[in-house]
Amino acid sequence: MDITKKQYDKMVKKASPPSKVIRDVIFAFLIGGAICTVGQIVNMCYGFYIQNQDDVSALTSMTMIFLGALLTGLNVYDDIAKYGGAGTLVPITGFANSIVSPAMEFRTEGYVLGVGANMFKIAGPVLVFGISTSVIYGVIYFFMR
Amino acid sequence: MDWIKLLNAFWVGGLFCVIAQLLIDYTKMTPARIMVSYVMAGVILTAMGIYEPIVNFAGNGATTPIIGFGYTLAKGVAKAIDEKGFIGILTGGVMGAAGGISAAVFFGLLFSLLCKPKAKNPKR
Repeated sequence: MDITKKQYDKMVKKASPPSKVIRDVIFAFLIGGAICTVGQIVNMCYGFYIQNQDDVSALTSMTMIFLGALLTGLNVYDDIAKYGGAGTLVPITGFANSIVSPAMEFRTEGYVLGVGANMFKIAGPVLVFGISTSVIYGVIYFFMR
Repeated sequence: MDWIKLLNAFWVGGLFCVIAQLLIDYTKMTPARIMVSYVMAGVILTAMGIYEPIVNFAGNGATTPIIGFGYTLAKGVAKAIDEKGFIGILTGGVMGAAGGISAAVFFGLLFSLLCKPKAKNPKR
């Protein structure tokens, strides 16, 4: 079979994405699942001592956020994220990562406009749209209940 | 130790991450858009009564992913409206998620002040 370099490149392109996607998906599943399992273990530990289920859930989220921020600070989280992809993005630890990472990076620009402002580069939109959606839901819930 | 609970948390949590990974690979959505969509999806799914059963089934497999943040917001709003009426529309969401938001802000600040970013150019 005679193929030019261009055709070959096309074939490579056609053949390579699925395998990359499969690899990404497997890592996302394993690492994301593992982080959620850690969350479940933390939850069970708190559940052992605390009766109020809401408090247990809140403490679990705070602990996971603490761990995410700590691992980001130690430069470990980004190493995991190289393999984990969405598996490290979607869990709440990824939310903490999205806060600490730019804050560290922009520290040279000062504490207020460097750290303070850049902390919310990704977390800001998440809060804006999350809270706004919840308010819209609140209005609907109030009038339909 | 309740192994079934851990297993359910693992595969449901993993599945939410797989959906996000597929969105990244096939639609070129940015991570920020994924997170925003997930939180909004969390609020909407909770509002429709779909998410609560998933939480009951998978525990932290459903609450640890960022969708769980939307779930907390929506649950907080409904609870506050039931208890306090109209004002709950604006107070409920953040009240429900207060711990998580404060933890994220404070620990975020703490570790960004304590830690140094990895040198981007180690040779220098």
